[in-house]
Amino acid sequence: MTTVTDILASMDYGPAPEDSRIVTDWLERFPQGFGHFIGGAFTAPNETFEVRNPATGSVIAHVAQGTPEDVVAAVAAARKAQPGWAGLSGHERARHLYALARHVQQHSRFLAVLETLDNGKPIRESRDIDVPLVARHFYHHAGWAEVLDTEFPGARPHGVCGQIIPWNFPLLMLAWKVAPALAAGNTVVLKPAEYTPLTALAFAQIATECGLPEGVLNVVTGDGSAGAALVSAEGVDKIAFTGSTEVGRIIRRQTAGTGRPLTLELGGKSPFVVFSDADIDAAVEGVVDAIWFNQGQVCCAGARILVAEAVASKFEKKLAQRMRTLRVGDPLDKNTDMGAIVHPVQLERIRELVSRGEAEGATLTQGEAPEGCFYPPTIASNVEPASTLATEEIFGPVATITTFRTPEDAVMLANATRYGLAASIWSENVNLCLDVAAKVKAGVVWINSTNIFDAGAGFGGYRESGYGREGGREGMTAYLAHPGPVASRPEVEPEAPVATPGAASTAPGIDRTAKLYIGGKQARPDSGYVYAVPGGLAGLGNRKDIRNAVEAAHKVSGWGKTTGHNRAQVLYFLAENLSARAAEFEGRLASFGIARAAAKAEVDASVRRCFWYAAQADKFDGAVHQTKTEHVTLAVPEPLGVIGVACPVAQPLLGFVSLVLPAIAMGNAVVAIPSQTNPLAATDLYQVLDTSDLPSGVVNIVTGEREVLARTLAEHDDVAGMWYFGTVAGAKMVEAASAGNLKQTWTEDGAARDWFGPVGQGREFLHRATQVKNVWVPYGE
Amino acid sequence: MPWSMFMTAERKPDFAAATAAGSNHARNPGIPLDPAMFEGHGVNRSAAERRAASLTTRRSVKKAHQAAWLVNAIRCIDLTTLSGDDTEGRVRRLCAKARQPLAQHIVEALGLGVVTVGAVCVYPTMVPHAARALRGTGIPVASVATGFPAGLMPLHLRLEEIRWAVDQGADEIDIVITREHVMTQNWSALYDEVAAMREACGPAHLKAILATGDLSTLRNVHAASVVAMQAGADFIKTSTGKEGVNATLPVSLVMIRALRDYGEATGHRVGFKPAGGMKSAKEAIAWQILMKEELGRDWLEPDLFRFGASSMLGDIERQLEHHITGRYAASHRHSPA
Repeated sequence: MTTVTDILASMDYGPAPEDSRIVTDWLERFPQGFGHFIGGAFTAPNETFEVRNPATGSVIAHVAQGTPEDVVAAVAAARKAQPGWAGLSGHERARHLYALARHVQQHSRFLAVLETLDNGKPIRESRDIDVPLVARHFYHHAGWAEVLDTEFPGARPHGVCGQIIPWNFPLLMLAWKVAPALAAGNTVVLKPAEYTPLTALAFAQIATECGLPEGVLNVVTGDGSAGAALVSAEGVDKIAFTGSTEVGRIIRRQTAGTGRPLTLELGGKSPFVVFSDADIDAAVEGVVDAIWFNQGQVCCAGARILVAEAVASKFEKKLAQRMRTLRVGDPLDKNTDMGAIVHPVQLERIRELVSRGEAEGATLTQGEAPEGCFYPPTIASNVEPASTLATEEIFGPVATITTFRTPEDAVMLANATRYGLAASIWSENVNLCLDVAAKVKAGVVWINSTNIFDAGAGFGGYRESGYGREGGREGMTAYLAHPGPVASRPEVEPEAPVATPGAASTAPGIDRTAKLYIGGKQARPDSGYVYAVPGGLAGLGNRKDIRNAVEAAHKVSGWGKTTGHNRAQVLYFLAENLSARAAEFEGRLASFGIARAAAKAEVDASVRRCFWYAAQADKFDGAVHQTKTEHVTLAVPEPLGVIGVACPVAQPLLGFVSLVLPAIAMGNAVVAIPSQTNPLAATDLYQVLDTSDLPSGVVNIVTGEREVLARTLAEHDDVAGMWYFGTVAGAKMVEAASAGNLKQTWTEDGAARDWFGPVGQGREFLHRATQVKNVWVPYGE
Repeated sequence: MPWSMFMTAERKPDFAAATAAGSNHARNPGIPLDPAMFEGHGVNRSAAERRAASLTTRRSVKKAHQAAWLVNAIRCIDLTTLSGDDTEGRVRRLCAKARQPLAQHIVEALGLGVVTVGAVCVYPTMVPHAARALRGTGIPVASVATGFPAGLMPLHLRLEEIRWAVDQGADEIDIVITREHVMTQNWSALYDEVAAMREACGPAHLKAILATGDLSTLRNVHAASVVAMQAGADFIKTSTGKEGVNATLPVSLVMIRALRDYGEATGHRVGFKPAGGMKSAKEAIAWQILMKEELGRDWLEPDLFRFGASSMLGDIERQLEHHITGRYAASHRHSPA
């Protein structure tokens, strides 16, 4: 036995095991395995699969493999419960959520131990991070339930939410999904990850204990097939998914055209940028909290360390020293910094990627890890931006190090990724920090910190890290529906363009040629063809014209960064010039067969719309979230970048301006496809745009066959958003095609919206035109 | 291996005044003033606070390990009395506790040999009393000096005070720096002052009290730490115990990181002494975790680490009694310091 004098010689920490007896006793009470939690009760388990403790490899539970029938039953239970749940007052739902928060807190150690047994994460993290955040999330959302009516007037729940969550933060991801859904009045069918279903099942028991009404929360366990069944199940009104980008893409394609709102929180390869004036010791500790947190199985982990050349060797030396003090091993030991990798399959993936990285020339520095499902903390240096380790999400404790020379260099490297979930920036210079925070393409930016979470702030990504936010006001909007317009007669696909001569009737006077409008210049269509339209001929744009227009849109620099005031000035000028040519536009509209009065009304409304979005340009702003003490958490709405806009056929002028104006008012550049049947109302705008000080490339117009051009835009990897107003089939096509780079889409029946009415403009358009970046700035001197 | 053997076999402390702290490494001779080591050095308070907060949640010592860590804390305590009403009798009592900080039944139950505190720390006029009371024990006498606690006294008087205390038998001198030099960033004045004090100490070890509670910013704490080490401090110490804010973990973190960087740059080892406000056994563990995590095993020895504390010892003794008996202990059953 080790004596006190022995220990005085070594000054080792010794074992500090967390007792897991209460939890293992609980698990042993289910010798037949766990069933699904449907309609307030556990089903009898039929076919089950094994759940293992990754740290030991031992089987700790058997859990039911969900079938499509199980999913149907769960959705039916949720459907049945939903009207009653939504019918409760906000206060009554708040009481339920408050009770869930309280009970999570009271069972906190149980949940922490169970999470650690199931997932392999160290007890310190499940105890001090995961479970407290879960309770905080339910408290926060109890509040949203209470104030829902006044804070979100006119909103209603979607109905039944299908939610699929990953294995890295099983209970926390449950909270992020379930709390806002329930607060908003939805009911839920949750599919936890196959590797880690146990805390969801324990939570279901807690929900029962709290008296949550039957069917409000349903849990169906199983593998990916159960998730797929949930995504396509009849009666699911909204899908929320957190997991890999690969599966996110599949879900995007699967849900295309179903009209089900979708939020995706996907992968990342987040930059961790260390400038030469940073507190280097603090940044080193930041890496520990970034990539050696939860064994690096963190979607927002700062996995790509970018460090200024001037301090690179100092930083690397300190980092290697710090890494050696990390303790990898028994997750239930309170002295463990890194526990087990969730599953041998994941361990194999990490090993495979790292060996590929080594083959590509990376140099590894590694700590120690025990035998079994463990992986040592790893630093990979000499990693070039194109290499496997710098581009692939490893989801393991592997940090790459790349050096940079200048802040511009750092931003370029930080943004050289398909992802855009998070970024961490280290410098004692606040100007530099905020400058980089503004330039980095990421939904969450941590300044001199990393992996800080709070229910009051939004979390979610840019680019292929997904869309939608979780947490805060932004997160609530994902679970609330605003009744959209419905077409009494859906838009029918316009007739295919006729590109042969003799079909057009031209107006008297000097012949006018309506070309395309790309980069502030009128351009002939690449095809060399025109098609007949009312009033003459329009260019028959093709995919190359779209390519050119997107390139021109990207060349616009400064429009998104200029002040709202400056953008407003341009929009007012646009109104002024449009107004001056009102008679001309009225004439054009009348030539399409639109009654004079209606034509005048359409032009008037277009001018007013310019004013409305000019007014909003400097008013639609962000928030400072209430999160943690001594942190400023900024929610900044940023433009998406380049947005493709496919306009409805009707109201060819007003429909066009109603969609293009909000996009550019928020700082986006646009590639617009005007009304296929009446494009000349839009092409007449070229001269208005030219004379209104609108920078070249902010608005690009390609006329032609809408569905063809929209598909090219929807597929384009360098287009960040796609708005499509047309046919049902077109909407489905656009949503499916958007999966390539997971661009944000907004699709609607082109005949649904009355552009003259109150739904013709509004904040919804501005929300659609922006994405929220949450910037965390801790302070204190 | 009994504790006494461990002490003699491996530690071989030489209790002669020249190596008062039983040091097993060469003293820090200092280096010329080098502002490049601290100017422009980033110190982020929020990050330091986060690290400090998670240190004690990342590490835990239980049972026998906890007992050993608490015994080790005793070895590192500068058992202190710095009151206006100190008397010879008060100092004698303190020294008695220093010689036998733990009740004999606890020492025996833990299988220890001789356990003493790291030093006894008193005001200069109390040094003769302490030296007498500790004669033959090997326990160093530490004296505060240089116009403690404010230090606002002419330099020649402060130096004279050091020489007097050393002459009276002090093995270690806890000096205070002139905070004004930090406020005005007059680093050469600070350097010259500490260097002169080090010279006045002669063989006695110099602990430089930065009075971090007065320095306001962590960047000031860092710069003052580095200047004191460059000027030849053997230890850097947080506080006099008289400032509004005493030793805190974030401040300590910044100081020991400075100490680590200095060591890596120069090869010289410097000790660290948090002081003031630490009362519980829990804090004794927390600071030791900080030392072990940031600096390593060597900084858990009294030649490189001391606690400036007095009431902490009582709590440690109670916890150790509990470890032995399984019953929660009462302080009135232990001898007072």
